[in-house]
Amino acid sequence: MKETVVEEPKPAKEPKRKKPQPAGGDVVLPQLGLIGMLRWAWRQLTSMRTALFLLLMLAVAAVPGSLFPQRSTNAAEVTQYLKDNPTSGPIMDWFKLFDVYSSPWFAAIYLLLFTSLIGCVLPRAKIHYKAMRSAPPRTPKRLSRLAEYGTVEIPAGSGIDAHTAVEDAAAVLKSRRYRVDVRDLDTERPSVGAEIGFLKEVGNLIFHTAMIGVLAAVGFSGLFGYSGQRVLVEGETFVNTLTSYDTFTPGANFSGDKLSPYSAQLDRLVVKYDRSTQAHYGQPLDFTATLSVKDGPGAESETKTLKVNEPVSLGGTNLYLVGNGYAPVVTVKDGKGDVAFQGPVITIPTDGAYTSLMVIKVPDAKPNQLGFVGFFLPTALIDEKGVAFGSDPDPFNPQLNLNSYTGDLGLDNGVPRNVYTLDTSTMTEINSRNVDAGGIVLVPGQSYTLPDGNGSISFDGIKRFAALDIRHDPGQAYVLVFAVLALAGLIGSLFLNRRRVWVRTGNHPDGRTMVEFGLLARGEDHRLAGEYAAINKALHAKWLVPMDAQEQNGDQAPATNNDSAPIDSAQQVPAASKDQ
Amino acid sequence: MQEINEGFGLLSYQLMLTAGFAYLVAFCAYTWDLVTFSQAVKRGLAGEQDAADKTLSSKEAALVGARAAAGQGLEGGPQDKGVRPSSKTHAGANGVTAGDSMRYGKERRVVARVAVALTVVAVVVQGIAVVLRGAAAGRVPWGNMYEFCTTGSFAVVVVFLLVLTRRDLRFLGTFVIGLVMVMIVAAHVSFYTPVGHLVPALQSYWLIIHVSIAVLSSAFFTLTFAMSVLQLFQARREASIAAGKKDKFVVMRLVPTALSLENLSYRINGIAFVGWTVTVMFGSIWAEKAWGRFWGWDTKEVWSFVIWVVYAGYLHARATKGWTGTRAAWLSIVGYLCVVFNFTIVNMYFSGLHSYAGVGS
Ligand code: HEM
Repeated sequence: MKETVVEEPKPAKEPKRKKPQPAGGDVVLPQLGLIGMLRWAWRQLTSMRTALFLLLMLAVAAVPGSLFPQRSTNAAEVTQYLKDNPTSGPIMDWFKLFDVYSSPWFAAIYLLLFTSLIGCVLPRAKIHYKAMRSAPPRTPKRLSRLAEYGTVEIPAGSGIDAHTAVEDAAAVLKSRRYRVDVRDLDTERPSVGAEIGFLKEVGNLIFHTAMIGVLAAVGFSGLFGYSGQRVLVEGETFVNTLTSYDTFTPGANFSGDKLSPYSAQLDRLVVKYDRSTQAHYGQPLDFTATLSVKDGPGAESETKTLKVNEPVSLGGTNLYLVGNGYAPVVTVKDGKGDVAFQGPVITIPTDGAYTSLMVIKVPDAKPNQLGFVGFFLPTALIDEKGVAFGSDPDPFNPQLNLNSYTGDLGLDNGVPRNVYTLDTSTMTEINSRNVDAGGIVLVPGQSYTLPDGNGSISFDGIKRFAALDIRHDPGQAYVLVFAVLALAGLIGSLFLNRRRVWVRTGNHPDGRTMVEFGLLARGEDHRLAGEYAAINKALHAKWLVPMDAQEQNGDQAPATNNDSAPIDSAQQVPAASKDQ
Repeated sequence: MQEINEGFGLLSYQLMLTAGFAYLVAFCAYTWDLVTFSQAVKRGLAGEQDAADKTLSSKEAALVGARAAAGQGLEGGPQDKGVRPSSKTHAGANGVTAGDSMRYGKERRVVARVAVALTVVAVVVQGIAVVLRGAAAGRVPWGNMYEFCTTGSFAVVVVFLLVLTRRDLRFLGTFVIGLVMVMIVAAHVSFYTPVGHLVPALQSYWLIIHVSIAVLSSAFFTLTFAMSVLQLFQARREASIAAGKKDKFVVMRLVPTALSLENLSYRINGIAFVGWTVTVMFGSIWAEKAWGRFWGWDTKEVWSFVIWVVYAGYLHARATKGWTGTRAAWLSIVGYLCVVFNFTIVNMYFSGLHSYAGVGS
C-alpha cells in the first residue's frame, strides 16, 4: 500500500537557509524569515492535505445554495424569503447565503483550491518531464523483493549467454512498448531496466490542468455572453434589439451593438396533452412552436420549429422554449366609452391545469384608472361551494374570473411595478365576491358592464404565448473542450498503469543462463500479475524454454528457492532496495 | 407517439413484485450462508483447540495448510508481497479474514450458491419487468422516481453479478440485496406511478444517455458503499484482534481484510467516478440544449457537483498520508449518502428545473 501514497511532490529544492541554524540546542523552529515563511505557506497550500481539505470545503460550501433560494435562479423567492424572515433574512443576506455561488467566501475556496492546484501541477510536471527523459532507475539488488518476480533458466548449450539474453529481454520488453535501458554490460550480471505508463501521470496532469481550463472558460463565457427573456404571444414578432427583451442580462464585456438584427414571429404554439391514459390524463406531451424567422430586416422569411429540448439557432444565438401559457384577448372600454385597452394579456400558469393568474392594468381609462385581478381557467368547473376551479389544461370551457378596481394604479410615480401584480391598497374594489356587484365571470365572446359607469370589459378570444430564452455564449465551447480533455486525462490517470520491470541475467558455472526478472507497480495495479504472466510467457517463448506446468497455470514458481535463482546469492543485501 | 400498453404495464408491475419476493428469498439465503459459515468457523475453532485439524471446515483446513506451508519456508516471497492484492503468490489468509484476493476458494458454500442462483433468477424476472415497463410506453424505462428505483436496483444487481463473476463478493450479498429490496419497496410504496408518456422536458435522447450512465454509476457507488461499511467494521475488528482481544465477530472472517476491501472499492470507485464525471458532463450538455445554459446551480446540479467533489476528495484521500483506510472509507460513505440524498430528498422536496420526477404536484 505504501506505493499508493503519493506524498506531496517534493519541492525541487529545499528552501536554502541563508544563515546557519542557531547553535542553541533548544531551538526547535528554524528562523525562516519572510521568504522562508512564504515558502512554508506555499508548501502548506500546495500539499495534498490542503488540496483534500479545500475540496471537502468546496463540497460543503456548495450545499447552502441548494437549501436557500438563490437570486441567480429565483430572485422572487429570495424577496419572499426576506419578507417572511425579517430578522434572520438580512443576516443571511449579509453572509451571501442567497448568492452563494458568487459570494466572496465561495470564490475564496475555489481560488485557493486552484492556486493549490497550480502549485501542485507545476512541480509535478517538471518532475515528470525529467523522469520521462531519464533512464529507468537502477536495477534493484534483490529483484525477488519486488511485487512480482520470476525466473527463466536457459539450458546449457543453447548458445545464449548472459549478454545475449539481456539484449533479448530488452527486445521483448521493447516490443511490449516499454522504454528500456540495458546496463551493466561490463559486469557478470548485465541487466535491463524498463518502464512503461508515463501517460498515467501525463493524464493526471492533463486532468488537473484542464480543470483550470474549465474554470477559465466558465469565467470567459460569463464575460462575453448575454442572455435575455421574451414572452411572445401568437402573432407577435421579436426583433433582436435590446428594447425587445423583457429582461436582459449582459456579460461584463458585452456591448449592445453586437446583437444580430434578426426577427422571429411566433406563428403558432401547439400543445398536446395525454388523453389516452387514465393515470396521466392531461399530462403535457408536446409543446411545438412554429416561428417565422428572418436573418435581417430585408431577409427572406423562413419557418422553423422550436420545441423543448430542440432550440433554434439564429444569428449566433439560441432560442429556447422554456415556458408557455394562455394570453386571453380582452377589450376594456372606459367610463367615456373609449377603448382604453385591447389585446392579449399574458397570464401566469399556477398548476398543471393551467389555472392562470391574470392582471390587467388600464392606466388610460378615463375618468378612473381600472385594474383587474383574477384567474383564467381553461376548463372551468364549479365546486360545491360555487367557486370555479380549473380542471384541465386544454381550453374546453374557458372562463375569466376577475375582480375589478378603480382608482390610482400607482404607475405614474416612477416606482417600477411588477406587471404581474396589482397593488390595490389605493384602489376601490368594484367587482368581487365581497361586494354586491359580485365578481366578473366571462366566457369568450361575452362582455360585462362595470358598475357605476366605469366602462366595460369583453373577452374576445384566446391565444397562447411562448416564453423564450435567448442566449449567446461564446465561451461554452471552450468549457466543453476542457471538460473533454479533463475526462480523457482522468481516464488515463485512473486506468493506465505505470510499471517498472528489471531483468538481470547471469551465466551459471554449469553452462545454463539464468534470468530473473521483477515487476513493480507505482500505485495501485491489479493487473500487475497479468503483466507478469505475459512477460514470463514472452521470455520463455523468446528462448524456446518450455514453461513448466505450474507456471502455465498462472501460479508463480517458488522464488526463494536458491537453486533456481542463484543470481542473487552473491549479493545478499538485507536492506530492501525497493524503488521509492 | 405510441399508445400506452396498459397490459404490459400491469405485467411489468406483477413481475417486479415477483422479483422482489425472489430477492427476499435470496436475501435470506445470503444471511443463512453467513450464519452457517460463522457456526462452522466456531466449530472449527473449538476443534482447533483440540488440535484436531481434520474436523475443521474445508476452508479452515486450507488455511491451516497454507500456514503449515509457510512454516516450511515454502511460501513465496518476502513479507511485503502479502499486502499487494495484485500478487498471485499471496494466498491471503491468516485465519482471521478471508482470502484477500477475493477469488473463489475451493470450499463449497452450497447455501451461498443457492443465494446467487436465486439472485440470477430474480434479476432475470426483474429485467423482463424493466423491459416491459419500457415497451409499454415505447421509451426507456427511466423517466420517473418509480422507474429510477426499479431500473436502478436492477442495475445494482447486474453490476453485483458482473463483479461476482470475477471476484468472490458473496459476503456482500446480504448487504447489496438488502439495499435492492429497500429500493424496490420504496418504488412501490412511495413512488408508484402507472406507465405514462414522458413530459416534454424529458423527451430527448440525452435522457437515454445521461440517466443510464447516472444509474450505472450509482450502482457502482452502491457496491462500494457496502464495501466501505464492511471495511470500517473489519478495520475495527482487526485492530481489536491485534490488541489481543477475543474475536467477537466470527462472521467477519468471511470478509476480506479491510485493506483489500479498500483496494477493491477504490478501483470500483474509480470507475464510478469516471461514470459520474460523464453523467455531469452529459447533464450539462443536455441542460444547454433544454434551458440554454450548461450550468445554473439548480438544486440537482448543486448536489451532482457535491457528489463529484466528495468522490474527488475520496480519490485524493487515497493519495494523502493519514487519509487512507478508515477516513477514505468514510468519504466513500458520505459520497454515497449524497447520492441517496440527491435522489430522494432533492427529487421530492426541493423545487427546481429538475422537478419532474413524477412525484408530488
Ligand atoms: C479542482 C480541484 C481538484 C480536483 C477536482 C481534483 C481531482 C482529482 C481526481 C479526480 C484525482 C484522481 C484521478 C487521478 O488519479 O488523476 C486526482 C488525483 C490527484 N490529485 Fe487532484 N484534484 C484537484 C486539485 C488538486 C490539487 C490542488 C492537488 C495538489 C495539491 C492535487 C493533486 C493530486 C494528485 C497528486 C493526484 C494523484 C493521486 C494518485 O496518484 O492517486 N489535486 N485529483
